[in-house]
Amino acid sequence: MMHRRTTLKLAALAVAALLAGTAVAQAEMVLRRGNGAEPETIDPHKSTGVTENVIENDLFEGLVTLAADGKQIPGVAKSWDISDDGTVYTFHLRDDAKWSNGEPVTSADFVYSFRRAVDPKTASDYAPILSPIKNADDIIAGKITDLSQLGVAAPDAKTVVISLNAPTPYLLGLLTHNIAMPVHQATVEKFGDQWTRPGNMVSNGAFMLSDWVPQSQLTVVKNPNFHDAANVKLDKIVYYPTEDIAEELKRYRAGELDITYEVPSDQVKWLEANMKDEFQNKPYLGTYYYVINLTRDTLGKAKEIRKALALGVDREILTDKITQAGEIPAYSWVPPNIPGYEQQFLDFKSEAKAQRLVEAKKLLADAGYGPDHPLKIQLLYNTSENHKKIAVAIASMWKPLGVDLELVNQEWKVYLETRDKKDFDVARAAWIGDYADPINFLDMFKSDAGERNDAGYNNPKFDQLLTTAASTVDPKKRLEILAQAEKIFLDDYAMIPIYHYVSHHMLSPKLVGWEFNILDIHPGRFLSLKS
Amino acid sequence: MLSYAIKRLIGAVPTLLLIVAITFFMVHLAPGGPFDKERKLSAEVEANLRKAYHLDEPILQQFGRYVGNLLEGDFGPSFQYKDYSVTELIVGGFPTSLTLGAIAMTAAIVIGMGAGMISALRQNSLLDHALMGGAVLGVAIPNFVVAPLLTLVIGLQLRLLPVGGWGDGFSLRHAILPATALALPQIAAIARLMRGSMLEVLRTNYIRTARAKGLPERVTLLRHGVKAALPPIVSYLGPAIANIITGSIVIEQIFGIPGIGRYFVQAALNRDYTLVMGVVVFYGALIILLNLLADLAYGLLDPQVRYD
Repeated sequence: MMHRRTTLKLAALAVAALLAGTAVAQAEMVLRRGNGAEPETIDPHKSTGVTENVIENDLFEGLVTLAADGKQIPGVAKSWDISDDGTVYTFHLRDDAKWSNGEPVTSADFVYSFRRAVDPKTASDYAPILSPIKNADDIIAGKITDLSQLGVAAPDAKTVVISLNAPTPYLLGLLTHNIAMPVHQATVEKFGDQWTRPGNMVSNGAFMLSDWVPQSQLTVVKNPNFHDAANVKLDKIVYYPTEDIAEELKRYRAGELDITYEVPSDQVKWLEANMKDEFQNKPYLGTYYYVINLTRDTLGKAKEIRKALALGVDREILTDKITQAGEIPAYSWVPPNIPGYEQQFLDFKSEAKAQRLVEAKKLLADAGYGPDHPLKIQLLYNTSENHKKIAVAIASMWKPLGVDLELVNQEWKVYLETRDKKDFDVARAAWIGDYADPINFLDMFKSDAGERNDAGYNNPKFDQLLTTAASTVDPKKRLEILAQAEKIFLDDYAMIPIYHYVSHHMLSPKLVGWEFNILDIHPGRFLSLKS
Repeated sequence: MLSYAIKRLIGAVPTLLLIVAITFFMVHLAPGGPFDKERKLSAEVEANLRKAYHLDEPILQQFGRYVGNLLEGDFGPSFQYKDYSVTELIVGGFPTSLTLGAIAMTAAIVIGMGAGMISALRQNSLLDHALMGGAVLGVAIPNFVVAPLLTLVIGLQLRLLPVGGWGDGFSLRHAILPATALALPQIAAIARLMRGSMLEVLRTNYIRTARAKGLPERVTLLRHGVKAALPPIVSYLGPAIANIITGSIVIEQIFGIPGIGRYFVQAALNRDYTLVMGVVVFYGALIILLNLLADLAYGLLDPQVRYD
């Protein structure tokens, strides 16, 4: 039998404890993201994929960073000056930039990080995109062994000076890429390969690494030392590997995920009809195309035949009936929505379908081919249901014109090797841009691009325009020159554009702050959840 | 028995070595390599990478290097998961696969034997036909059909269990659906085996004697009947475990379970040489060990079997 007072006290304590418990439980805002594959690494100088990039955009911040709408905004650098000739960029670092362990982020951190990125010992896949920086290429190639020759200097603790080979108007966009993110020198040197483990990692972004169980989840928590921490609303983000896209959708619908990485394309129509508000379908910086091997004479020396093949593809039917996920029929190489860039198109875009087919037939007939005497060529593609459907459809579109298309599919790695060796007539390919600038698409086909140039395209005029653009300071003029280069490229029919990509996500109705941008980058810094 | 076991274990070493050699050369000879990506690497970067991973050495030298490391317990770094070594990935993932496999195997044995026994006792009844019909379905329907069906009905529509993931540490709620999907084909197989075996045993003279002696039916069945019916089940355990291992590849992917089953396929497709080798060696050793245990158990059960 308890004294009345004691009972009351205990009751009050219990209520207080309950309230405190629920208050704590309610206060934590956790975002659960499906993130595709298991990340291969979260070392920003070594990663190559979108999965890794999503996480790195939350853990690290470069000199320049991306706003929610994709625009470049000051990151660690609060401002910058560009020299008159466009080859020297001076970045002024903000005073309140800190690492997650409280140390200030200094210019020395950036010098170390850029040098590490180009160091052959790091063996970084993406280091070559830093080639605009003085001596970067030679260091990567091992021709210069002294890393201090790299055109990145730190005259004082709050200033970083980057010296370029030539004016590079897209440099600011380049600096938002993970290859340009800073890493904490003492941590990397102390822990070596283990520096990315929870407990070891030190980072400077809006979030810091809290837990990582491979194949299960990777968790980051809010970084209290981030310079904009006051505006970061999320307490925690959990990234789940979601390789099975159909299961990812089910997990989303069961309320286990707030954002999905992808959406099964065969469910798109159903989702548009039933879950329209949660289904996001927006243009993405990528092009799906068939590349033609110009080193083989049959097609390589016959522009008319290549044009006929391009004419014969009915892109609208492909995107409407086969891929069905909102893809955009492509008549260009460079995808739409790059700010300031005027899209170029294949000549026949405005022609009626029937007229195109007549012209295609005629071109083939002139070359001596027709339904009775068909042109026999092979299409190489990597094993996938979608690629197969598109290939079968295109084969049937080309047949009445007089083309006998043999379909050859190979497993991904084998396909890559075959394509690199140029052992194909026509090959399916796709390219997603690393940054929103046309050069990222066009420089693949420079005559000296080596194995990156799948077509073996070699047009001196095209090369010349790209070289001129590389030294053009005025951004507007430069984009005009690049547009000219693309037009020449399109008119040579080295490749057949098929569709431009769209990105698909399921977004929880509670999600706030997600804005469309062509790179489909949505850092957790700007996101929150309604309760 | 002990000398038999030791002889088997010693004999396992050349077997494993052969497995290592065959896998190593097959995986290296497959076209395409770990560094082939959509974005073609520049020649210098690729050269740097190959050097760092010793891929520029002659293949026999690479093999010798690999076996040497193996004998020291070093499975090497993963080519694809750059932040982890193969040992860490296997050690991290195996307990999960083991837990899932053990739950599935236990369920398979208990439910399978139970169902098989009931069928045998009620031979040719409606219950018998229903159970055996269900068993046929369990064997016939592939697990990558069953698994999504389970998640759709029980996870999404009925919201009884989570659709995917493994929870924090171990969570029974997350384990039920994947274990069910894994176990179903084995439950079916064991049920059918048990039924057949029990039917034979129930007709034997010693069972008739036990009943004639007036032993309670439960004792007759459980002590004498089941023990005699076990050998085919025990023989099947070896293949059953192998089936669960291969089944786990699909199940772990579908349910997002952090085990090592998916490394099998993913690593091979990505040409992650060291991870493929690590998983193959690990599972090879495991299967050899489990087969040995199954054989020993068989010897314990059946006094007529002698290993000398």
